[in-house]
Amino acid sequence: MNVRAMRYTAPALVGLIVLVVWHALVTGYEVPSYLVPSPLLVGRTLIQDWGLLFASLLVTLRIALLALMLAVVLGVVIAFVFVQSRVIETSLLPYAVLLQVTPIVAIAPLIIIWVKEPTPALVICATIVALFPVISNTSIGLRSVDPNLLDLFHLNRATRLQVLIRLRIPSALPYFFAGLRVSGGLALIGAVVAEFVAGTGGTASGLAYQILQAGLQLNIPRLFAALFLITAAGVAIFAVISLAARLALRGWHESELTAER
Amino acid sequence: MLTPAHAHERSVVVSAHAVEKVFAGGVRALRNITLDIQNGEFVSLLGPSGCGKSTLLRMIAGLLAPTSGSVRLWPGDNIGETDRRLAFVFQQPTLMPWTSVHGNVRLPLDLTRVARDRADAQVRSALELVGLSEFGQAYPRQLSGGMQMRASIARALVTQPRLLLMDEPFGALDEISRGRLDSELRELWHRQELTVVFVTHSIYEAVFLSTRVAVMSGRPGTILQELDIDEPHPRTDEFRMTERYGAWCRRLSALLALGSGAEESPRSVRHAP
Repeated sequence: MNVRAMRYTAPALVGLIVLVVWHALVTGYEVPSYLVPSPLLVGRTLIQDWGLLFASLLVTLRIALLALMLAVVLGVVIAFVFVQSRVIETSLLPYAVLLQVTPIVAIAPLIIIWVKEPTPALVICATIVALFPVISNTSIGLRSVDPNLLDLFHLNRATRLQVLIRLRIPSALPYFFAGLRVSGGLALIGAVVAEFVAGTGGTASGLAYQILQAGLQLNIPRLFAALFLITAAGVAIFAVISLAARLALRGWHESELTAER
Repeated sequence: MLTPAHAHERSVVVSAHAVEKVFAGGVRALRNITLDIQNGEFVSLLGPSGCGKSTLLRMIAGLLAPTSGSVRLWPGDNIGETDRRLAFVFQQPTLMPWTSVHGNVRLPLDLTRVARDRADAQVRSALELVGLSEFGQAYPRQLSGGMQMRASIARALVTQPRLLLMDEPFGALDEISRGRLDSELRELWHRQELTVVFVTHSIYEAVFLSTRVAVMSGRPGTILQELDIDEPHPRTDEFRMTERYGAWCRRLSALLALGSGAEESPRSVRHAP
């Protein structure tokens, strides 16, 4: 089997084995579905409750994507400001770190109280979670410029703007995408966590809300189905970002080169 | 009438006077360097690693300022601002991996906002000079080390510089590529009427290429002696086999040994029984 085919078939095979074993154990030991539902039941629930769950997925996904966009815009702008001078970076970086290390569950209630509208409140929470990888990776990238190339630009009397556009931004792209991959997942996690904290005071329609409700009603198959959708959404976000990275870096950066050499 | 290359007036291109360089932290890199380079010369700065030859070259380029003394380019100044063109070739090819060879070579023209059509034409002729006409669309990673270096030289030549500064450009290449590029560089120098300052630690390379060699010794860097390599152009591969070539190499080798000997002697005296 060639390597390319194996990249998809091997994990699929592992998944299939897990599902079969899961199903066999649950039916074999007659585990009640309010403890662990069989994968077939989860699938059936997913289809039955599709209308409800899909609407919830869209709500959560919308918050996650808004937060990701906000994190990218803010993160890149902050990174640009950071690399303008060491003074700015050293005075502001500790606060960026502070934002990063503060657990979102601890500050989400405050934000939800301060911001009356539920959707903006949730977006703010998710943005805070997703912001740091973009800032830190992009600013490292903007600084990781070949010093000889920088000399070359200066010898040719390049302006600050020319150095930024023609040298710093292309050099930073691989780092930016590495940060974006992390932030994509974090935005979704942030959105779900914020929904949990907001509870019924939130938008009352996201996937986290469905999980909470399903848990209270002991509707475990629906809980599993909602969980599956969150995971699938996370994988989809990761895949889209990876594709964008491949398109942007294809042909020149080591991380996106195939084994042709 | 055909004017032979380099027959134009002997004006000074680089004038370094009493140059000293002390780096932050107190490392004394250069001491009392005085060096004049005439139009059309090919001058090699030859010395062991750490003797400050690259530092001197970077000062000539204006990338570093001397602690004291002065480095002036075209001090006689019968040359307009637009003709004060210099180009620098680094030890590594220093190409941008995200753009093609053509894009890399066009960079100096893009930065000075030369019109697209004219720039592209200049790039093509620069690539032709270094034998890379076929590779304009290739990406740097697709080229061998020697070809990357050619692209780097094309980028230096594309602005039609009058002064070419080279910092051990072929140091990372294998012996065969290096010999070939040395020959081609000598040809380019002759045809393009360049003035070249070339940093190297290879005696053989210095003898083959230069009209003059400045032998340096280290810590702090000084110029021990300057030697005119009084051999006619063209210098072919046969020149490398001649007795005269060997004699030049021996002379430079002896000078370098003298330089390092002077540095080592206090220690060897101390360890003497």
